Amino acid sequence: MKVLMTEYLRIDLEKETWECRVCNHEIGPAKRNYKEGMLVHDRDPREIHPPIIDPEKYRFTFSPDPEWVRILEYYCPKCGTQVETEYAIPGHPPLYDMEVDLAALREQWSGREEVLEPVRGPEVVLGAGHGGH
Amino acid sequence: MSETNVSTAAKTPSAEEIALIKKFLNDTTLFLGPDPEIMRRHDLMPRSEAEEAAMQVVNDVHVTAKIRDRVQAGCDEGFEMVEAMGAAPGAKWGDVITGVYTASGDLAIASAGGVLIFSTLVHHPIKFIIKNWMNDPTVGVREGDGFIHNDSRYGNVHNTDQSMILPIFWDGKLVCWVASTVHEGENGAIEPGGMPSMAETSFDEGLKMSPFRVVENYQIKRDVLTFLQNSVREPKLQFEDMKVKLYACLRIKQRVEETLRTDGPQALISTLRLTMENVRAEVVRRIREWPDMTVRTYIIQDSTLRENCVVKINCQLTKTGDRLIFDFRGSSPEFTNRATNTVLAGLKGMIAQMFLCYVWPDLPRGQAAFAPIEVVTDPNSIVDCSYDAPNSQSLMSIFTGFTAAQHAVAKFLYSCPEKYTKVHAPTFNMINTFIWGGVSQHGETLGNLCADLNGMGHGARSDSDGEPALAPIFATMADIGEQELNEEEVPFLQLVSKKMTKDAIAPGKYRGGQGYTMMVATKDSEQWGFMTVCQGAKIPPMQGLFGGYSCGAYPLCKVKGVDVYDVLLDEPHKFKHSIAEIMNEQPFEGASYTTHHMGMGFEISKRGEMFMISQGAGAGYGDLLEREPRAVIKDIEEGLISEGVAEKLYKVKFDHATLAINQDATRELRDKERKDRVRRGVPYAQFVETWNTPKPPAHLQYFGCWGDDVGTLYVGSPEITREADKPKPNYMRHPKDVRIDELEARLAELGALGDEKK
Ligand SMILES: [Zn+2]
Repeated sequence: MKVLMTEYLRIDLEKETWECRVCNHEIGPAKRNYKEGMLVHDRDPREIHPPIIDPEKYRFTFSPDPEWVRILEYYCPKCGTQVETEYAIPGHPPLYDMEVDLAALREQWSGREEVLEPVRGPEVVLGAGHGGH
Repeated sequence: MSETNVSTAAKTPSAEEIALIKKFLNDTTLFLGPDPEIMRRHDLMPRSEAEEAAMQVVNDVHVTAKIRDRVQAGCDEGFEMVEAMGAAPGAKWGDVITGVYTASGDLAIASAGGVLIFSTLVHHPIKFIIKNWMNDPTVGVREGDGFIHNDSRYGNVHNTDQSMILPIFWDGKLVCWVASTVHEGENGAIEPGGMPSMAETSFDEGLKMSPFRVVENYQIKRDVLTFLQNSVREPKLQFEDMKVKLYACLRIKQRVEETLRTDGPQALISTLRLTMENVRAEVVRRIREWPDMTVRTYIIQDSTLRENCVVKINCQLTKTGDRLIFDFRGSSPEFTNRATNTVLAGLKGMIAQMFLCYVWPDLPRGQAAFAPIEVVTDPNSIVDCSYDAPNSQSLMSIFTGFTAAQHAVAKFLYSCPEKYTKVHAPTFNMINTFIWGGVSQHGETLGNLCADLNGMGHGARSDSDGEPALAPIFATMADIGEQELNEEEVPFLQLVSKKMTKDAIAPGKYRGGQGYTMMVATKDSEQWGFMTVCQGAKIPPMQGLFGGYSCGAYPLCKVKGVDVYDVLLDEPHKFKHSIAEIMNEQPFEGASYTTHHMGMGFEISKRGEMFMISQGAGAGYGDLLEREPRAVIKDIEEGLISEGVAEKLYKVKFDHATLAINQDATRELRDKERKDRVRRGVPYAQFVETWNTPKPPAHLQYFGCWGDDVGTLYVGSPEITREADKPKPNYMRHPKDVRIDELEARLAELGALGDEKK
């Protein structure tokens, strides 16, 4: 059975691996940080958040300060999908952001049907609130 | 203690002596400060005897559902009264709440609209009143009493919120409490508007109302009222809203008494208790469905509102079985002389309302939904500050703490088969608005803020974009107000208002909801000024989700040496309607154009000088190369993004004249970008070898842990550390002293200091 963990990652409970949901690439052991199987790019934040006012004239420009913060972009090494971003202080070790208890996950899903398409959750629609009025 | 050489047996007092010591200490307490027993606890009080008895008699779900609906309707009625009649700008836009509390002080049912965090923090002052005043012969709690409170160290978010609290009796017995809370604004602090960023001690923060009686026989006591009015800049506001809150409470009381008459006190008591216990049990059940996992994240505050520096909010969220633990250890130590600290209860209240507004909005709004969840912090940290630390800008830390929690929770929710809302990226979390004060065109002294703080952009969802300028993170149902109505009372105009700020984006497969531009200029007063109290001019205050990006940075821009009203009269073509045009084109000759971080202390303005800011965007979700090209074009059409930025980021090829998409060229561009990523990306193991550093960078004034070692906190420099559980003061120097030192050093270098005596 496979569990959809994020928009781009799933865990194969039998093989105990992280997998890419876009290209089925086997990223690495589910008992470890999936980031270890990723490619990383240190992105200058000004490339994503462009200056709105002239950086030649002004100290603050609507762009983050590249000496204060960087964007770590994590790519699937096979298909190049951007699986995760991390706004990081320069030099700060990347976070082990999802440390899964695999045995507990297996136990939990032993009583569940496999979910193949992500469950999106309810729409907010008029008249669907408390008391239905 | 082990070093004592007196035998311990000789020192152990008897039970009788202990009782005597306790009585002595109780009778001679010098000062009833905030009580840690009350302030650190957020779980429900144990069932009282009266509750046990009532639950034996009344437990039919139809009866309790009926009573719950009636009490809920009463709360909503009270809420609408405050919103309609309140004098505070905050009241008019829904920064208000009402609620019914059990006899022991727990919030059982809150109004459906309004700022939930207020009421999740009013159980503390009620419990203080129960513990200290109820049996005190000099105070007591009687029918017809009303208590006021604002000091956040006794409960509450910050001192600008004031509560009115009424006990409700039936047959001479206390059956419950009702309370109403409003973000009042003015409170006599060092700066107008109630949320001073210049506060360096708690004594700069204005009124410090521990809970006390201000209403007797349902009448506001004039002597106490006069003292309060005399302590603030807006005596009219103080009086009006005390009355409004009192009458809202009386209306809820009336509704509660109607159910007491028809169903009896036991039905009410049982309903309140069962509502809380059922919600608590349901929350535990829902948590159990999450995967067992630890999620780590951090959010950076890039200023104290006085100076730019790097302040870490560290969050590790662990779910094991039916336990959920927020661990904020490793976050920055508190600032001894800066206002951005929060008391622990404020952080908890904010996370509680994150669950009730964004994760489980179907649950009855009350204290129970957060009751089973645990929170761990370092003592005297920015998210759990001491009694002495100023906290008038606690919003900075409860909002970034909220975002850390929101970001972490999303990673648990994705895999859950049952969802109550959509998984979404963080909501924008800064109050990008103008706080204002001075003497109005009508000669009145005022201090308050623009409701634009409620126009935060929302985070993208797992299947759709975030909504622009939707609602504040602390209330999903609040309004951004009518600027024209505001302008009748205040001597300034918003020359540009609610126009989306182009290219201030949070990209992703689904983009974050964007924020809008605000340009203000004073017109009809010579005694009027503004302040702004936000972080995020250098570092975005959020993280993106699942490959989406956060928002960018948001500065403050000023144009001085111009009277823009003269320009509008004489040369209207020179006026421009975007920050980009005004700052880049500099259309007003002789004016000065400057940029600043968003912590502007109160600044007196001259007629026609412009202050310009933008509300922020919620974070993006997913890989931006997966964004529908049509959605990108729609953003261009709606003025959210420029053609160049859209092309460069989203890799969409289109005709600039017709905006027709070239699908094949777009596919090619995107395929190429994916290949380019694989080419430029560095394998993780290799990347961390060059990226990771053992300490924070020397060029940043950094506060908090570095990496996994949460036991060691850096305090402003890679060379200064302390143990996280051994608090010490953390003083910041006055930014002007820092600047003077820099300038003097330059003078000394040039030999220009001469023989100035030291
Ligand atoms: Zn892949």
